[in-house]
Amino acid sequence: MSLLTLSNVTKRFGGLTAVNDLSFTLTAGETVGLLGPNGSGKTTALNMISGYLPVTSGTIALDGTTISTLGPERITHRGVARTFQLVRALPSLTVGENVLAALAFRKDPLWGKDAEARIETLLANVGLPGRQHEEASNLTYIDLKRMELARALATEPKLLLLDEWLAGLNPTELRAGIDLITRLRQSGITILLVEHVMDAVRALCTRCIVMNTGSRLADGPTADVLADKAVIRAYLGDDNA
Amino acid sequence: MLELTNAALRYGKHLALHGVGISIAPNETVVVLGANGAGKSSLLKVLGGLVRPEPGAALTFEGAKILGRPAHDFPELGIALVPEGRGIFGDLTVAENLQLGAHPPHARPHEKRQRDLVLDLFPRLAERQGQTARTMSGGEQQMVAIGRALMSCPKLLMLDEPSLGLAPIVTSELFTALGRISSTGIAMLVVEQNVKASLAIAQRGYLMEAGRITGAGTAENLRADPAVQRAFLGAVA
Repeated sequence: MSLLTLSNVTKRFGGLTAVNDLSFTLTAGETVGLLGPNGSGKTTALNMISGYLPVTSGTIALDGTTISTLGPERITHRGVARTFQLVRALPSLTVGENVLAALAFRKDPLWGKDAEARIETLLANVGLPGRQHEEASNLTYIDLKRMELARALATEPKLLLLDEWLAGLNPTELRAGIDLITRLRQSGITILLVEHVMDAVRALCTRCIVMNTGSRLADGPTADVLADKAVIRAYLGDDNA
Repeated sequence: MLELTNAALRYGKHLALHGVGISIAPNETVVVLGANGAGKSSLLKVLGGLVRPEPGAALTFEGAKILGRPAHDFPELGIALVPEGRGIFGDLTVAENLQLGAHPPHARPHEKRQRDLVLDLFPRLAERQGQTARTMSGGEQQMVAIGRALMSCPKLLMLDEPSLGLAPIVTSELFTALGRISSTGIAMLVVEQNVKASLAIAQRGYLMEAGRITGAGTAENLRADPAVQRAFLGAVA
C-alpha cells in the first residue's frame, strides 16, 4: 500500500522553478533512491515532504492524508523524520541531549530513565555506543551525522528521509553505513534517500527516481534506471554508467 | 614549497594531531588518505592558518616561516583552502563570492582570467552568477567554494573533500579539471574519500590514522599497497 504520494508538486523561488509538477508514490517498506544532477530539486523535494518548505502547488499525502498543509512539527508527529545534508546539531548540548530533544518532542514523549535507556540503544544502533555524555561540538563530521540519524530515529518514523547521509565516507565506513541502513530497512521503515554514492544506491535501493531541472526524468528498478541513456547523459556520465 | 614539522593540535583535552609533518614540492599534487576522525581536516586547518598547533611545530612556505600569521594572510602568500562544509558567503551572489576570492592584491589583476577559468570549469555557475549563494543546492555551493579558492590565484590549492555532494558526472569533470589545474603549475593538497580518483591525479600521498602520519609513498605504490586497497579502495579483504 502506498505510504507517500506526491501529486503534481511544484516549488517556485521567485522566478526559479526548483521542483516542477513532480508526482511519485512510495510503497510502505520500500527503499528508494532520489537521484539527479546538482540543483535538480532533490533536497527541495525532501524539504517539502518534511514540511520544511511549503509547496507552491500540488499535494503531498502520507497514509492517504494530506500533509502538505502542515508544518514540519506536525509532519514529524505523523511519522516523517529526516537528516540534513549539512548536519543541524545543537552543538552546545551533549550527544544524548540532542537525541533527548527528539524523544521529548514525540507524541508519546520519553523523559528520565526511559529516555536514558532509549538514548543508549539508539546511539549503539548508529555506531555511537556510550557516547551520550560527550559534547556534540566535539564530534567528527561523520559522528555528527550518526547522531543526527539517532535523533531522526528517536521519533520512530514510518518514513525516513536521508539527504546524502553516506557522503564523505571512505569504503570501510561506507560498508558500515550501508549495513546500518540495511538493518533499518529490515525493520520495516520506508526510506527515501538522496545520494550521489552509486555503490550505496546499487546496494540499498530497489527503485530509483531521477530528477532533472525540477522534473522527473526516470522512475523504475535501479538497474534499469542507471542504464537509461538520458540518466547517463544528465547525471552519471560515461565513467559511472 | 610547503613544509610542516612536528605539529600537535589540541581541542580541549582531545589531541587531534600528534607530531605531524608533511611537505609539498612546487607543482606537486599530494593526497592525504585516512578514515573520518583521523585528523585530515585538522591538518588542513593548520596549513591554512585557521588553528595554531602546540609550541614546537614549524611551518614554512617558500622558505618563509608562516606559523602564527593570521589566516587572512595565507591567500596573499598563495595558499588557498576549500574548507569542509564549504564556508561560502550565503547572503552574497555567486559573482560576489567569486569576486571576494580575488581579494588578495596579487590576484586582483588576474580576476577576469580566473573567473573565465572557474566558469569554464563549472558552467552551472555561469548560468547562476546573480543568484544568492544560500539558495543554491548543496552541490552548487560546493562549486562556488572551489571557484572562490581558484579566484585567489593560489600557488598551493588545498581541498577538503571537494567531491562531497557532487553528482557523479560533475565529480568526473572536477577531477579532470583538477588534473588540468595541476598541469598549469599549481601545487595541490587533496583530502578526499574518492581515493581512486584522487590517487589518479596525485604524485604522492600520506596515510593518516588517529592523528598521526602512518605511511607515505608515491601514488603508484599506495595504489598497489594491499593495506591501502583494503582500507580505502573498497577491495575485498
